[in-house]
Amino acid sequence: MTRLRICLVVIAASLVTACGGNQAMFNPQGPPARSIASLGWLLLTVCAAIYVVVIAVAAWALLRRRDDADGLPQTTRRLTTAVIAATGVSIAILVVFTVSSVFAGRGLTSPTGPGAITVDVIGHQWWWEFQYRDVTPSDFVTSPNELHIPVGVPVHIKAMSRDVIHSFWVPNLHGKRDLIPGQVTNTWIQADTPGTYRGQCAEYCGHQHANMAFVVVAEPRDRFLSWIGQQRQPAAEPQSDEARRGRDIFLQSPCMMCHTIRGTTAGARLGPELTHVGSRMTIAAGTLPNTRGHLGGWVANAQTIKPGVRMPPNPLDPSDLQAVLTYLRSLR
Amino acid sequence: MNGRTRRIVIAAMGAILAAGCEREVRPFQDVSASSSRSQKPALTQLFPGGQPAPSADESPYQNNAYAMAEGKRLFDAYNCSGCHAHGGGGMGPALMDDQWIYGSRPANIFDTIIEGRPNGMPSFRNRIPDQQVWQLVAYVQAMSGLAPIDVLPGRSDHMRYSTPENARRAETPKLTGHP
Repeated sequence: MTRLRICLVVIAASLVTACGGNQAMFNPQGPPARSIASLGWLLLTVCAAIYVVVIAVAAWALLRRRDDADGLPQTTRRLTTAVIAATGVSIAILVVFTVSSVFAGRGLTSPTGPGAITVDVIGHQWWWEFQYRDVTPSDFVTSPNELHIPVGVPVHIKAMSRDVIHSFWVPNLHGKRDLIPGQVTNTWIQADTPGTYRGQCAEYCGHQHANMAFVVVAEPRDRFLSWIGQQRQPAAEPQSDEARRGRDIFLQSPCMMCHTIRGTTAGARLGPELTHVGSRMTIAAGTLPNTRGHLGGWVANAQTIKPGVRMPPNPLDPSDLQAVLTYLRSLR
Repeated sequence: MNGRTRRIVIAAMGAILAAGCEREVRPFQDVSASSSRSQKPALTQLFPGGQPAPSADESPYQNNAYAMAEGKRLFDAYNCSGCHAHGGGGMGPALMDDQWIYGSRPANIFDTIIEGRPNGMPSFRNRIPDQQVWQLVAYVQAMSGLAPIDVLPGRSDHMRYSTPENARRAETPKLTGHP
């Protein structure tokens, strides 16, 4: 009995945690997510009530005493009335559901407020690329796996994919939108409160689909502008001898076949850009926090952390690895 | 068909299926393939014992469909197609024909990629890790059908530019020895 009670408490607790947190659709932080959440609550409450009523009626039908009056014509008439009433209620509920779903959907298609910025979201196996375009091509900003947005303005998302179908999903801000190769899909998000929200690929896209996540950082407009201004800068010059040695090793090793560091000769576009890798919160598409130790494990042998990932093992000498880490950590 | 014959047939079919088990093994962190031994240039032709050290082992990925598909992806990703044009040849020689200037064995192709060759083929030493070079080797062999048909790639991820590898005629390699 005690074990059953513990199980029930654990199940209830896990249900409650789904209501809060930074990856939860019942904790909406923007207009599209709010209309989805209120529609969800409406469907959930009404269907729960219907479920309770149906189970109660079925239980009553099973448990009630049979008597001689069951076969009489007036009993049959009473039953017919009950069935007609239940059908009417069902139709009314379905009409209410349809109408509210249409209204919720209409609000989702296009942003309401002014001041929208546009971000290109490009899906790769298994990471995200966020591109902020500008009138000047040299001011383009690429931010892998970290989407910074200003608070309170709609952000237009232009979604595309370089390989297979992915799906962009930040439960606190909006529903899902598929990223389809060879085609641009559109959606928009808006955050009304500053904070970090976790996003996740929501369409199975291969071996490491589960570890294809990203962080949305919603911040006040001035903080956002200073972030984007800092991201526009080329990579910082290494200050120490070890960092300089790390840069030289980086540029003479397979690293530069796939990665870009703006301001150096590394300019390949297969992997995430590393120009400001030290300023990011996570590495490996939201898999690990960005610390020196995690980064070291990732560079040395990413296959132990995310088996099948495109990053090959890099058997560097330990001192070379430390120099590369010092350099990468200095790219803020 | 009596019970005994049926049992033999079922056992034979099971054995045939088991033969395909190796085909899809995905060696994500193959130590033998990812060692960086070949990434250090040989500075001298003198070797202890009077025998030149073999520059590369035999390919670890001869009959592996996953490695071959990865090689196909890398062939475009590292812009091999820029000169070899999906195997048809352009600025560089064609790779889907039966002509092999520097040999068709996996070790020969490995050397071609790591060392480079005269008249344009650059050296990718310290640029492509050994494991990925072996995957490219597997794919270069696949382009002229030098692999079992069940591991050859059957389609491309992008625009179709030629007959799929597993539908091509298997070429008999001829060593030409001159470009």
